[in-house]
Amino acid sequence: MIYFDRVTKLYNGGPPAVEDITLSIDPGELVSIVGHSGAGKTTLLKMLFAEIFPTEGSVYFGSREIAGLSERELLELRRNIGTIFQDFRLLPTKNVYENIAFAMEVAGKDDEDIKADVPHVLDLVGLSEKMWNFPKELSGGEQQRVAIARAIVNQPDVLIADEPTGNLDPINTHDVVEILKKINNLGTTVILTTHNKGVVDAMGRRVVTLEEGHIIRDDKEGKYVL
Amino acid sequence: MSFWVTTKRVARYGFVGFLRNGFVSLAAVFIMIITLFVFAGLLMSGAALDATLKQLTDKVDVNVYFTPTASEEQVTGVKSALERLPEVASVAYTSREAALAEFRERHKNEQTTIQALDQLSDNPLGASIAIRAKETSQYEAIAKFLEAEQASPDGAGISKVNFYQNKTAIDRLTNIIETSRTVAIAAAVFLAAASILIAFNTIRLAIYTARDEIGVMNLVGAGHWYVRGPFVVAGILYGLISGVIVLVILYPLVIWLGPGSEAFFGTFNVLDYYTGSFGFFFLTIMSSGVALGAISSFLAVRRYLHT
Repeated sequence: MIYFDRVTKLYNGGPPAVEDITLSIDPGELVSIVGHSGAGKTTLLKMLFAEIFPTEGSVYFGSREIAGLSERELLELRRNIGTIFQDFRLLPTKNVYENIAFAMEVAGKDDEDIKADVPHVLDLVGLSEKMWNFPKELSGGEQQRVAIARAIVNQPDVLIADEPTGNLDPINTHDVVEILKKINNLGTTVILTTHNKGVVDAMGRRVVTLEEGHIIRDDKEGKYVL
Repeated sequence: MSFWVTTKRVARYGFVGFLRNGFVSLAAVFIMIITLFVFAGLLMSGAALDATLKQLTDKVDVNVYFTPTASEEQVTGVKSALERLPEVASVAYTSREAALAEFRERHKNEQTTIQALDQLSDNPLGASIAIRAKETSQYEAIAKFLEAEQASPDGAGISKVNFYQNKTAIDRLTNIIETSRTVAIAAAVFLAAASILIAFNTIRLAIYTARDEIGVMNLVGAGHWYVRGPFVVAGILYGLISGVIVLVILYPLVIWLGPGSEAFFGTFNVLDYYTGSFGFFFLTIMSSGVALGAISSFLAVRRYLHT
């Protein structure tokens, strides 16, 4: 379903952030991408949701090459990929309900669906009581759970989580890991980058290890080894 | 999704964003008030200048005096020819009898003059025509036309054209009027451009504070109009609110300035002008505010839009 075909990415003529990467991810997989800072983990993810494009090679989502998509198709692609980041990236002037509703609105959902689905997804991440709070009124763990709720509310095919536990304490980290596993069990492909050994080991699934822009290990049921 | 649903959502986010970013909105409205005040000031000073220049222009005319022996046909012929000239705004004819009556009225307290006039068997005064041109610069052309008439074989009954006696004053006035208009246009363009730039930059700063938010909207797959729309709606609100505030504040201000403006400019009363042209003011100020807010927001968001 997702295929990186000999992908290289250069930033401003510097050394390659990733070089000659070939990687295939099947539907329903949960993949942890691990590596030191600067290994190229985030670059790979950014190419997947078309924030940047490869300097060489191609990235495919299904049968379509991402670089060849029109503007409209790119927007559709992003609505089909849920994203979670270390810094949460919530809309600060919108409350929890509106942050999630916004993702549904841009996907063209009608008001009735939004009214029904937002409380449901907030219930799923355990934040029903914070529906009308603004992001600044929430803890880091709560903000990340809002980001997860926003990422899954449109039932995307793929969920990308870029260092989702980087700013969280162990308890919140555990909660986020459990939620991601639950989402994966429901059939969503989950691609996770992390530095956290505990998170990777707790997942017990496929682990792709990057070093200086190259894949040095790809284990079906791996552990965090660096 | 229907156009109506999208518009409704964009408008709602625009309103809500305007209210929730209270301090930023307040700063933008404040700057827009200053900008629209400059616009209103330019409109009023332009009108005051026009009224003053018109008043001065109205004081200028050229008179053509006919000999007492000029026939009725000659005078009428010159008058009709003048009326056909495109430069001529109006002609005022004074007959020999009217000139005599005017003379008697003007000198009614000077017995000797009146007695000397009575001694004469005939009216010694000729008819005259006072001519107003559309522009002061056109008097010379009219004077030349009259000279040509005077140079014709019968002289068209013309005794004297007083243009050259007044030429220096008319030329100076023409210069003053043209310079005043040029200076006024240059000052208006400069002030309008400066205030538009200030307003644009304030709105740009307001949107700069939301650049991360725009990035997140792009990330969740929001289309350009979904991202841009609420900012444009907020920009329109800045314009509408500041426009209303300017129109409201102007009213007591022109009441206060009214008598002073009339004393200073002669016939121009700023209160009469404001109340008499309120429809024009309303449309100009409100549409300038809305256009400035909407266009500034539209352009400022563009910088942060990318797919």
